[in-house]
Amino acid sequence: MLMTSERAGNGNRPRLRYIVAGISVALMVGLLILLGWGLQNTNAPQPEAGMAPTFSLTSFDGETLALEELRGKVVVINFWASWCIPCRAEADELEAMSRKYRDDVVFIGVDYADTEKGALKFIEEYGLTYFQGPDLGTRISADYRIRGVPETFYVAKNGELRGVKIGPLSPGELEFKILELLDDR
Amino acid sequence: MKRGALSILAAGILVLLPQTLLGQESAPSDDQVNEIASDLYCPVCPNTPLDVCETLACSEWREQIREQIAAGMSESEIADYFVEQYGERVLAKPRTSGFTLVLWLLPVVGIGFGVLALAGVLRKWRREPDAEAVVAPQDQEGSVSAEARQRIEEELRNLS
Repeated sequence: MLMTSERAGNGNRPRLRYIVAGISVALMVGLLILLGWGLQNTNAPQPEAGMAPTFSLTSFDGETLALEELRGKVVVINFWASWCIPCRAEADELEAMSRKYRDDVVFIGVDYADTEKGALKFIEEYGLTYFQGPDLGTRISADYRIRGVPETFYVAKNGELRGVKIGPLSPGELEFKILELLDDR
Repeated sequence: MKRGALSILAAGILVLLPQTLLGQESAPSDDQVNEIASDLYCPVCPNTPLDVCETLACSEWREQIREQIAAGMSESEIADYFVEQYGERVLAKPRTSGFTLVLWLLPVVGIGFGVLALAGVLRKWRREPDAEAVVAPQDQEGSVSAEARQRIEEELRNLS
């Protein structure tokens, strides 16, 4: 009886070894896939062309806006934060352009990694009237792969991305780009 | 006149004293703020705990934590708020739920498999000397001294 059970135990040992080896290999493969996915995500380039990543943003006042619903209009998406010094340099121009092209261009201010108190103070300080909302969970900035603030993305009437400006806007640069996109049929 | 002034002073103290005490209670100390901030990372400066981060943004976040403590929010509620605002990456310790559970389980599973593999190797090492012990007498057969071999042969001859 003892011999039978010993024999059965010895017979099971190679099978157990195969199971352990199989699980180890599966774990290693899984880890490699995760590593590859992480590396791909980290090194993926910033989108500058193709369809603009869609998102919906809830403003500090509680209104919600979806990018998809803005087809037919030029959209300017500006990522900013109250702690960002260069964002202050372009705030007045963004507001002036949003007022000038109110009927044809939608301006969206995406507040990146900020405190609500700081953001609201910034909006009040510069008298910003265009749509402003916090990037909750920094999901929108992750989709647009921003490297910092400020960054400004231009979206054509058909929803395609038509360029990005990394850093503060130069005087006249924003209007030049808006006119170019408005001419685009 | 004097009595009137004293009454006003006493009334003033009675009005202001509870407010002062209340103010002291609702103003959390730096230690309280840093205790929570040490479990959070700055959302914009890579790998910098919030309690030691020196940027303007971090001081605003610490101030926010102070206000949240004063408002009666618990440590986990503040952490939840930070995750909602800035994502899971602000947590110094990944949560033990959802996909991040893998991060906690993976080392345990890895160690488990390491122990199994080590046990297998040790068992193999233990088995190898036994095998030698079985083989050794056969190998040593040829190394019997000439004197002993002669005695054995004599004994065999006597038997026949």
